[in-house]
Amino acid sequence: MSLSDAVLRDLRVPTPVLGVPDDYLHAEQTLSSWIFTTDHKRIGILYLVSITVFFVLGAIAAGLIRLSLIVPDGSILSNDVYNRMFTLHGVIMVWFFLVPSIPNTLGNFLLPLMIGAKDVAFPKLNLLSWYIFVIASLFTVFVMIWGGVDTGWTFYTPLSTTYSNSYVLTAVFGIIVVGFSSILTGLNFMVTVHKLRAPGMTWFRLPLFVWSLYATSMILVLATPVLTIALILLFADRAFGLAIFDPSNGGDPVLFQHLFWFYSHPVVYVMVLPGMGVMSELVTAFAYKKIFGYKFIAFSSVGIAVIGFFVWGHHMFYNGMSPYAGLTFSLMSFIVAVPSAIKVYNWAATIHKGSIRLDTPMLYAMGWIGLFVIGGVTGLMLASTALDGQVHDTYFVVAHFHYIMVGATVVAFLGGIHFWWPKITGRKYSEPWGRVSALLMFIGFNMTFAPQYILGYMGMPRRYPVYPPSYQVLNVLSSAGSTILALAYIFPMIYLIWSLWYGEEAGNNPWGAKGLEWLTTSPPPKHNFEHMPVIDFDPYDYPNVTREK
Amino acid sequence: MQRYLPHFPPQLWPPAASAMAGEIDTIFVFWCVVLFLMVAPVFVFMTWCAVKYRARRDVDRSHREARNTVVELSWTIIPFLVSLVFFFWAGSLYLQQQSAPPDAMVVTALGRQWMWKFQHPGGQWEINDLHVPVGQPIRVDIESQDVIHSLYIPALRIQQEAVPGRTTMLWFKADRVGAYRLFCAELCGVDHALMAGTLYVMSASDYQNWLRQSKSNQSLVANGKQLFDSYGCSGCHVNSNTVHAPPLAGLFGRTVPLQNGSTVVADDAYIRDSILQPKKQIVAGYKLVMPSFEGVVSEADLAQLVAYIKSLGQESERMP
Repeated sequence: MSLSDAVLRDLRVPTPVLGVPDDYLHAEQTLSSWIFTTDHKRIGILYLVSITVFFVLGAIAAGLIRLSLIVPDGSILSNDVYNRMFTLHGVIMVWFFLVPSIPNTLGNFLLPLMIGAKDVAFPKLNLLSWYIFVIASLFTVFVMIWGGVDTGWTFYTPLSTTYSNSYVLTAVFGIIVVGFSSILTGLNFMVTVHKLRAPGMTWFRLPLFVWSLYATSMILVLATPVLTIALILLFADRAFGLAIFDPSNGGDPVLFQHLFWFYSHPVVYVMVLPGMGVMSELVTAFAYKKIFGYKFIAFSSVGIAVIGFFVWGHHMFYNGMSPYAGLTFSLMSFIVAVPSAIKVYNWAATIHKGSIRLDTPMLYAMGWIGLFVIGGVTGLMLASTALDGQVHDTYFVVAHFHYIMVGATVVAFLGGIHFWWPKITGRKYSEPWGRVSALLMFIGFNMTFAPQYILGYMGMPRRYPVYPPSYQVLNVLSSAGSTILALAYIFPMIYLIWSLWYGEEAGNNPWGAKGLEWLTTSPPPKHNFEHMPVIDFDPYDYPNVTREK
Repeated sequence: MQRYLPHFPPQLWPPAASAMAGEIDTIFVFWCVVLFLMVAPVFVFMTWCAVKYRARRDVDRSHREARNTVVELSWTIIPFLVSLVFFFWAGSLYLQQQSAPPDAMVVTALGRQWMWKFQHPGGQWEINDLHVPVGQPIRVDIESQDVIHSLYIPALRIQQEAVPGRTTMLWFKADRVGAYRLFCAELCGVDHALMAGTLYVMSASDYQNWLRQSKSNQSLVANGKQLFDSYGCSGCHVNSNTVHAPPLAGLFGRTVPLQNGSTVVADDAYIRDSILQPKKQIVAGYKLVMPSFEGVVSEADLAQLVAYIKSLGQESERMP
């Protein structure tokens, strides 16, 4: 009997004596036990429900955008409504879905389980973070639907400060407040990783998902305050005439771009790093093999987080920036691609000589690699200064960042949700429906966004409700693809919810995966482990033999 | 099909109207090839693994590795070095884009919600469309009257933002006669999508004909001269006996000593700043008596004033 088996036996939670199971989901069923909970697992569920609602709203806005673009003359939505739609879509998807998506749902649920802790370091702060998030997001979304904002999620000055006749002040206020939720979560995760690791859980025994969450938290804590400052200045400029971005009073509108992208580029890595963490877990579990190059993957997460702070200027090659600054930002952007490439090659090496099962989470993971690589390399094309002159602010950029935001973040999120669903709920979802949905995702996604690369290189600018008719065919193709993509989102919502009542009991470890979270019961008990786990084994210590049949 | 999608089958590659456009296309195509070479092996390898090492298959899985530093370093360094080729290649074109040849013909572009106004050296102006002669380097000095716009001409593979409060520049040498689209690429408000027009590249003789027939005010410089008088600049800057103001003849391009001991080269930005914020840089030996013209002079007027001041001392008969 190996040591890890000994640990497994120690952790086993006794079967409950009474009829009602004693896990975190069923222990208390009152409303107040949910909305005043400090249990990281329940807070994770609260986030999951709230970001799903926001995702649906943002997706509806996207659907209206794609609907409008079927015709080139802008006859479906007026220019004003169209601008409000893509602003709504951008703001919701970036701040109310993508940033909190994996860290606040899966991260909240799994971080303490993975390091052998009872909860995060500051459980009450964790709940406060959710309240800030939900109240400020609802407020912002309400303002944006009933009032409307037409500046794009980028809020470029002086359009946002002086010229836009929309509800910029209230929306910006909401986004400033939401930022504090990110900061609190980042802080909480960092302290948790530093202070609450179980005995024997050294840094190099941490699962790679935890490494990625740690890198993400670094960005949240260091970059979000810059957004807060930029938006407060914008607010003061618009409300009180501070004129810091107003060129007619000695201000500089480009300063806003610098501050904005100093946050908004690193925040791309907030969206992608947790997805990479999920990928490391999925690939190794479904290859049933120790991950290749653990330390390279772990340090590449930190590398991305650090270098990611020095590339923001690549959004600004053509705004009159000094060409030498442009070249520097270009070079930094080429460098930040290196750690991402390391990860991709390591995952590919991990499945070599594995014992591979192509269940739903693995289908998402394999597709993830394809979409991320295409999104990543087209990002390098955008970072190639002179080439950027052709594709900057066109559909090429739109396609590129959707390959990263949807192709990487959303696919990893769905893959992770499917992988840990049995742990979170104790139930199995329908595997055939899962595989069908994963396949639809790749067909629909590529059909929606691949034509946009061509449109972009052809020269179709983004944020255009009216466009030259020669671009129509590719736009119709893209809109058609988005209906398939919509099905790929709707199916999981149905069969996952269905499984809550009718799904098979999952058992503690349906995938045969390694990691502390699989050693406790499904769903886990309120305080995660019956006894304090002691870790005397390496991560991903899959046996050096084939999987038992 | 023709009824609903009149442009089927779609065009898949944009027209190229300059040598620069061709070079950028070459970079793009090479990038796509490298993308394919870096990515295809990974996809093929993964698919092969997924088939060969399926859990239910009994194959040789011995000699499994979990780390290999040589392999790690090689797939870290080699793709990076390959990608650096594109950094240098694109970077050298980027630097070319940033410095216009001295013999370029200068057109000014003024962006405002929601139109482009182009003005030719002879004073002819046009809205949203731009007519240029083929084979002649054209420098477009870009300004904005309100928000940030971006002048984007896909057939030339270039764009440049128009930023209020500063003058930006793009230049090109179109070598194929034709009509090409131009857009505003930076979201500038409600009718952003309508801020689009056509670039007409014409033969030199057609261009001359067009110039003769088009709407024309006076040239930038002549307009600037009028403004120079009407804003009262000439009251102090033209040999006045009552007010001591720095002379402007031959100013452009000269090194100017400042009161604080430093010096500055009198370029476009310096002249603009001196009009808008005279107290920022005071010329050595002079007192600050000039009022700020911030908010008094419109962007369009400012461009003409600057053009006039630049012309002073370059053509001696115009010297005040």
